[in-house]
Amino acid sequence: MLKILKYSFYDLIRSRWSYVYFLFYLALGFVLLFLNNDVSKAVITLMNVIIVLIPLIGTIFGVMYFYNSREFTELLLAQPIKRSSIFMGQYFGVAGSLTLSLVLGLGIPFLLYGLLRSNAIFDFSLLLVTGAFLTFIFVGLSFVIAISNENKIKGFGYAVLLWLFLAVVYDGLFLMSLIVFEEYPLDTFSLVATMLNPIDLSRILILLKLDISALLGYTGAIFREFFGTDLGFLVSMAILFLWTLFPILSLGYKAKRKDF
Amino acid sequence: MIIEIHNLHKKFGKNEVLKGVDLSIDEGRIYAILGPNGSGKTTLIKSILGMVIPDKGNISVLDKSIKKEWKYRKKIDYLPQIANFPPNIKVKELIHMIKDLRNSPSAEKELIQLFGLEPFLNKKLSTLSGGTKQKVNIVLTFMFDSPLIILDEPTTGLDPKALIRLKELIQKEKAQGKTILITTHIMQFVEEMADEILYLLEGEIYFKGSIKKLMEQTGQTNFEHAIAAITTSDSHA
Repeated sequence: MLKILKYSFYDLIRSRWSYVYFLFYLALGFVLLFLNNDVSKAVITLMNVIIVLIPLIGTIFGVMYFYNSREFTELLLAQPIKRSSIFMGQYFGVAGSLTLSLVLGLGIPFLLYGLLRSNAIFDFSLLLVTGAFLTFIFVGLSFVIAISNENKIKGFGYAVLLWLFLAVVYDGLFLMSLIVFEEYPLDTFSLVATMLNPIDLSRILILLKLDISALLGYTGAIFREFFGTDLGFLVSMAILFLWTLFPILSLGYKAKRKDF
Repeated sequence: MIIEIHNLHKKFGKNEVLKGVDLSIDEGRIYAILGPNGSGKTTLIKSILGMVIPDKGNISVLDKSIKKEWKYRKKIDYLPQIANFPPNIKVKELIHMIKDLRNSPSAEKELIQLFGLEPFLNKKLSTLSGGTKQKVNIVLTFMFDSPLIILDEPTTGLDPKALIRLKELIQKEKAQGKTILITTHIMQFVEEMADEILYLLEGEIYFKGSIKKLMEQTGQTNFEHAIAAITTSDSHA
């Protein structure tokens, strides 16, 4: 698996899109820091950008890479390599290179700005960690979609729909149900509903670590009570981890049964 | 027996491609797998390679069942039908990569020379012509020393000179006691190379035997006509 990972990773590192992605974060990091002049505020703005952007890029990159490397995959399948190693290697190659772009692209400007001397370092690392999780989750989901659909257009469509649902539609439904059922106690419901969407979960996780959570009002208090504690933090991380594990396992399952 | 196939079934959706194939392949011979388009030749080969997962039946390669196995592919050199390579890498890099992945000794230098591929080594695969791609494909297949060689349409796009080289290469491998499976639609190639014919029709082995036996059964004197006549006479093996 490591050899496949190595080749996929190098292949992507050399590709133009990885640089574009990296330079985008680099530019974003510099602009935010030097316009804002405040690490905490920059982290909040960054969160708003990356919480939507990372899943989108992860999804599109994942689907594109999977379909584009079909020939390579077929070549590999006839070689003495375990099937799951081929797909896992490609998956970690894509997710790894995207994560690297993110970490380096944002890390460099923040380090230059003097992150190590500021007390926002924890918030910032949390941002990067959730960003990495989101990359792995969405690249994984897109791989599962791509392996289940021979038809590129369909696969691409489903992947974008999935992103749209989790990033936009889900929140709408969530809010609507809060309004419709406002007469009922919704604390547990909203907690669970947040957990079920990795994007929401990441957002809440970062928000509550920042000082602005007081602005969230009463509901915020419940969330704060849960996510703000160490236990809540661990539970959320565990759920993000499960979210990552789920596509990896289904990818392994699908890969074992597919004909080429 | 290098390959043993028993009651192999495979369906793609509603399309039943293989309907109970029974087959045994002996060591050290050249087999030609023939049959009309869509008769299941490629599916059969891909099942042996583990790229297609059969619905029913059993395949053993070198006396071991291949189910959920992958190490046995070290014993197989496979030439895929259409040379679909990753477009953005150079010929040299591709050869290096496959060598690295297989991790076995390889003799690519002689083969590159044999097919005159030196000028293309630093070119990207997407810029190569069909025939040149096929030559790269052949180099990748023959550079390892495995007891079983499977060639799916090896002659596609080759010029006469390369074709002669390929035939010599196949004969050389046979002389070393290797088993070779070939699918092709070029009957002249089959007549020259094959020791034994496997004729697939509608997902079953319709005929298995030597060219001589085929001629006798069909009562034809011309091999090409014999193949064409195979389905009309009652030569069911």
